[in-house]
Amino acid sequence: MIIDVPRFVTQERDDWQELEKLLERMEADPYRRLNLAEVRRFHFLYEKTSADLARLSTFAFAPEICRYLESLVGRAYGEIHEAREARSPSSFRKWFTETFPRVFRRHGGAFGVAVAILLLGTTLGGFAVRFDPEAREVLLPFDFPLETPGERVAREEGARKDLLGGKHSTFSAFLMTHNIRVSLLTLAFGMTAGVGTALMLFYNGVILGAIGVDYVMGGQTTFLLGWLLPHGSIEIPAILIAGQTGFVLGASLLGWQSRRPLGERLRAVGPDLLTLIGGLAVMLVWAGLVEAFFSQFHEPVLPYTLKIGFGLVEMVLLFIFLARAGRG
Amino acid sequence: MLAARANFLRFHTPEGITFSLALASPVTRCLASVVDIGCISVLSITLGYFTRALNLFSADLAMAVQLAGYFVLSVGYGMFTEWYWRGQTVGKRLLRLRVVDAQGLKLNFSQIALRNLLRCIDLMPAFYAIGGAVCLFNRRSQRLGDIAAGTIVIRNPIARQPDLDQLAVDKWNSLREYPHLTARLRQHVSPRTAALTVDAIMRRQQLEATKRVALFHELASYFKEVTPFPPEATEGVGDEQYVRNVADVLFR
Repeated sequence: MIIDVPRFVTQERDDWQELEKLLERMEADPYRRLNLAEVRRFHFLYEKTSADLARLSTFAFAPEICRYLESLVGRAYGEIHEAREARSPSSFRKWFTETFPRVFRRHGGAFGVAVAILLLGTTLGGFAVRFDPEAREVLLPFDFPLETPGERVAREEGARKDLLGGKHSTFSAFLMTHNIRVSLLTLAFGMTAGVGTALMLFYNGVILGAIGVDYVMGGQTTFLLGWLLPHGSIEIPAILIAGQTGFVLGASLLGWQSRRPLGERLRAVGPDLLTLIGGLAVMLVWAGLVEAFFSQFHEPVLPYTLKIGFGLVEMVLLFIFLARAGRG
Repeated sequence: MLAARANFLRFHTPEGITFSLALASPVTRCLASVVDIGCISVLSITLGYFTRALNLFSADLAMAVQLAGYFVLSVGYGMFTEWYWRGQTVGKRLLRLRVVDAQGLKLNFSQIALRNLLRCIDLMPAFYAIGGAVCLFNRRSQRLGDIAAGTIVIRNPIARQPDLDQLAVDKWNSLREYPHLTARLRQHVSPRTAALTVDAIMRRQQLEATKRVALFHELASYFKEVTPFPPEATEGVGDEQYVRNVADVLFR
């Protein structure tokens, strides 16, 4: 095909420029909705530019113009053929109180798997400490093995000054960031088809079970509940939700009960994963505040009944929230 | 065995059009990451100066803000910049890279967030070892975060409308007086050479003076050799003008 390129460009360039400006406006504000006339014009310009590209593609003398038209067609293609709804950012309250619990329930099966694996680890950790005295030193983290539960309770209840040395904010920030990092890693391990996620949950379960049984055997059940429940009633479900995200990702990677191609499956679960991670991050911020400013105070400063009661109320409210909130 | 790497990702639209995106190489991506790590470090140091001021009120609060601030910066930097600059961080802007949707569709926030949140597994055990290995073996140079989010990183050369006024010769073109010779010239010049000629003319202002003279001399000599025109057609015409005249007869 013979084309007089300069004349062709002169004839068509106004339309190309109009398409370019329209694309710039759309890209500057992704949530802007075009009216019907604009949509029609945009579609016309896209098809016309596509046709121009097709004409020039057969004419190898104009690579620069082809590259320019390819970039226009590529950008417009994304706008024209995108079928996912551009959800404008909803308010934080609406997202947390409606979207998050709905998404949580939608993937209830994955949460069930996470609970089962954590419980398995907890049982194993508990049995190990109960029946193997050496397991205590191997399984308990940090400086837990250095003293018996009774010694720790006596030290903390007898302390005349703040054991955190007034660094509650720092401790709180450390807990929040550390726990969110661990949760992100649990999600990311979903890319190992969920195997890494399962190992993370199992490991956490083993530690939880080991500590629990150690304190129960040491006769410090009340202290344990008063210490763990206020933050644990939120933190442990948050870790389970992190496991849930990992399993959702792993299942979509494996194509569990789905005939859709991999790209489509991952594309479909992306927003849900983000919602779950965002929701559990909020939960972990709360848990970090409670652990630093509430859980670390024991009798005689704070009665255990108050702490246990607080933890139980949180647990019930969280259960109701996740089970009921956002139902239409 | 390494997967056969595709340098370009081609898209076929329902309208029957094909367009392509040039994939970024793992090395370029690595360089962009180095720049981004530098940016995060600078931002963290700046944050440190601000939080030091908080020491006047409470050392505990200052430390807490520092810890939380560093976390938000390290996790949020990529998310914020890629969302704000439509798929680019500072490093990617400098190296002309861009994150785009793997199917050529619009990049949305959940994709950006997910690829950044999954960076932690790509970084393991250190220095992007897992991400780098996956990237090398993947046909589309995707790290794990990219696979999960359905994104690719492309080279993003600036595509501007070419200034064809430079190509057009409004003045009288002596070569047009010889239609049989111009027809022969069109026959002898390959599309590749013709494209090179157009490129040379349109980029001539960017060339260094001596290189510009040498390039146009070489092109003019080549055209004169493949299709000689009578001396009266070329007399007094400089090399650059001769090449422009040739381009004019090739394209019209």
